[in-house]
Amino acid sequence: MHEVVVIGSGAGGGMAAYVLAHAGIKVLMLEAGPFFDPAKDSRQLEWPYQSLRRGGNATRAMGDFDAAYGGWEIDGEPYTQKGNSRFDWFRARMLGGRTNHWGRISLRMGPKDFKSRSSYGAGDDWPISYEDLKPYYDKVDRLIGVYGSNEGLENDPDGIFLPPPAPRLNELFIKKAATGLGIKVIPGRGSVLTAPLPGNKDRGQCFYCGQCNRTCKIYGDFSASSCLVIPAIKTGNLTVVTNALVREIITDSNGLATGVSYVSKDDMQEYAVRASTVVLAAGTCDSARILLNSKTAQHANGLSNSSNVVGKYLHDSTQTGGGAVLPQLMDRPRFNEDGVGSLHIYAPWWADKQKLDFPRGYHLELFGGLMMPTYGGYFGFEGSIVPFINGYIPDATGKMKASGGFGKSLKDDYRRFYGSMALVGCHGTDIAKETNYCEIDNSVVDKYGIPVLRFHYQWGEDELKQAKHMQETVQSVIKAMNGIPLVQAAGRENNFGLANPGKGIHEVGTVRMGDDPKRSVLNKWGQAHDCKNLFVTDGSVFVQQSEKNPTWTILALSMRTAEYILEQKQKQNI
Amino acid sequence: MNRRESLKAISLTASGALLLDACDPKPDTVTAPLKAEGPGRQAFEAKRDQQLLAEKFFTDHEMATITVLVDIIIPKDERSGSATEAKVPGFIEFIVKDEPEHQLPMRGGLRWLDVKCLNLYDNDFKNCAPKDQEFIVNEIAFPTLAKPEMQAGVSFFNKIRDLTAIGFFTSEMGIDDLGYKGNSPTVWKGVPADVIKRYGLEGIL
Repeated sequence: MHEVVVIGSGAGGGMAAYVLAHAGIKVLMLEAGPFFDPAKDSRQLEWPYQSLRRGGNATRAMGDFDAAYGGWEIDGEPYTQKGNSRFDWFRARMLGGRTNHWGRISLRMGPKDFKSRSSYGAGDDWPISYEDLKPYYDKVDRLIGVYGSNEGLENDPDGIFLPPPAPRLNELFIKKAATGLGIKVIPGRGSVLTAPLPGNKDRGQCFYCGQCNRTCKIYGDFSASSCLVIPAIKTGNLTVVTNALVREIITDSNGLATGVSYVSKDDMQEYAVRASTVVLAAGTCDSARILLNSKTAQHANGLSNSSNVVGKYLHDSTQTGGGAVLPQLMDRPRFNEDGVGSLHIYAPWWADKQKLDFPRGYHLELFGGLMMPTYGGYFGFEGSIVPFINGYIPDATGKMKASGGFGKSLKDDYRRFYGSMALVGCHGTDIAKETNYCEIDNSVVDKYGIPVLRFHYQWGEDELKQAKHMQETVQSVIKAMNGIPLVQAAGRENNFGLANPGKGIHEVGTVRMGDDPKRSVLNKWGQAHDCKNLFVTDGSVFVQQSEKNPTWTILALSMRTAEYILEQKQKQNI
Repeated sequence: MNRRESLKAISLTASGALLLDACDPKPDTVTAPLKAEGPGRQAFEAKRDQQLLAEKFFTDHEMATITVLVDIIIPKDERSGSATEAKVPGFIEFIVKDEPEHQLPMRGGLRWLDVKCLNLYDNDFKNCAPKDQEFIVNEIAFPTLAKPEMQAGVSFFNKIRDLTAIGFFTSEMGIDDLGYKGNSPTVWKGVPADVIKRYGLEGIL
């Protein structure tokens, strides 16, 4: 019998295990993928030519050096779509989950974000406020480390920040252009140690390779593996079982959780572990899947689903953007401009007080500089644009020529254009809807015989109007920089360039919190209304996301829930 | 297409593979020595890499043609070597197996080019005189200027030009050529002051 079994080792599971193990609780963690320690397994500082595919995406969706094991599709673990939905589901099956490859953008949600219905007339209010979560955000800042700048903004709270990295050259042009349009551009906020983390001797200081997505050998950035799970193992109180894919949570005749059953990918045998408390943090969609697959007489609709909302209110960030070549940066000076692997600058939502035809906002992720020449990843090979765009900018002698070409003059164009790109990404709020959901597809099982998820997700009119605004913003910024746009502005016929839902990898909301057990799965502590020794600590607990990337909020919520579990255990309530 | 050309095209269709392969002196495939395994790799990735390395996609004739083409696209100049010196043909052989969507456009495009050259010069591309090779490449290297009957060649050239540039500029030689200074530990203190001044960005920091 384990005191606590934690399902999942990402931000939510990792933080819960960290807090509980450090408080002396014996914890067992089940992780569906292999062990991964960035100190050993990171491919940091490898060169493109050390990869057969030069960093290409054939076996990893975000490039050969990217840390994520898994991707949009996993062999033997399908998912299906309902109607003409197209939800893209990114899964990282490995210790630390998706925190291994993420962009380390670490933003707090603001006071208005927790009260979306009251503030904006859209979505629902959370059962907690910013003030409830602020102490935990503060503790997460101190425990993990985040750079940024205190700006005193109303809905983008300040934090306990390490110094932010200075902008790259291209980013200064973007900043100049956006500022001129009335958009406030501030330093990025990212969980990278730009200075020593006070009180922590296990993690090194960032040496600016810009490769956080590969994970960091010296633990200079946040991954749940390096910063939470591995330190928790060192307490002697956490045991991790890897390659353990959870089938269901087991309950007794009273409806309480008694343990977890899983299949081991190592020997394909079935196992069950007993626990007095279960913490579920398999990731937003997998957590819903586990609950829905855990059906019993007491939980006929799936575990803790008397409300029938498990799987519903699935929502991801809206996402689009654009890029340009800056003619003023032809033959630009070379220097080491790798910087950090997170944002150097960004623009928090600036138009909250403007009259708009959609309720919620988005932020701009601004990027550009001398990237390592490579293939694959998010951007592919930067030079691929050169033979298309070299007809729009005069050559070194001031003459115009036709796009394309070959030979010495083309070779020279690749050099002239190198490092001249400026990118503007837009990441916004999707209003959570009951009609966007994942559910069990009873007609399809994965290779372990577990019924799979089916997705139903459509962008609403608010999201489309927001995306139109995003496109207009991107085009104005490009114009203000005198940039040459790399793609045409998207229109209504292609959803204003909105990426498929899921592509933001910010999906949340399928196991939402709330005060009303008829309309929510969890109470404000992340404890199941229908099953008091079951807690959920991943992004699924969100009521309504904001335009802020969710990881920092997941960490703060998980820490808060873990402390609540300790308190309830002390009181012998669970 | 006049009658003579069309006859030639038909005869090529009938016995083309034989004809072209028979012209090929001997294989000169360039394969770069590359490692398939390392830390942080999943077993299926290492296995797949080994399988792909053991397979051969391009015929010797196709590879010889690619070898000529990549050096027309990226020749040696005063700053760095040629595409073949950077082992680009070996990269192209690997990447078309790794990303099979390139296979048909590459194979078909190479054949299109040979047929075009046979019709124009009575020779396949790689055995044409350099000035004839340059003439035909000129016809397909500028998408906005190309004649309608050259569109298939334009699509092919777009692809091989891109693969060549990827192979070259992600090689050690190509990265040096671009002047990339990173991928080594440093302390980032922002854009150097002289660069800020040059671009008049003093007020933006």
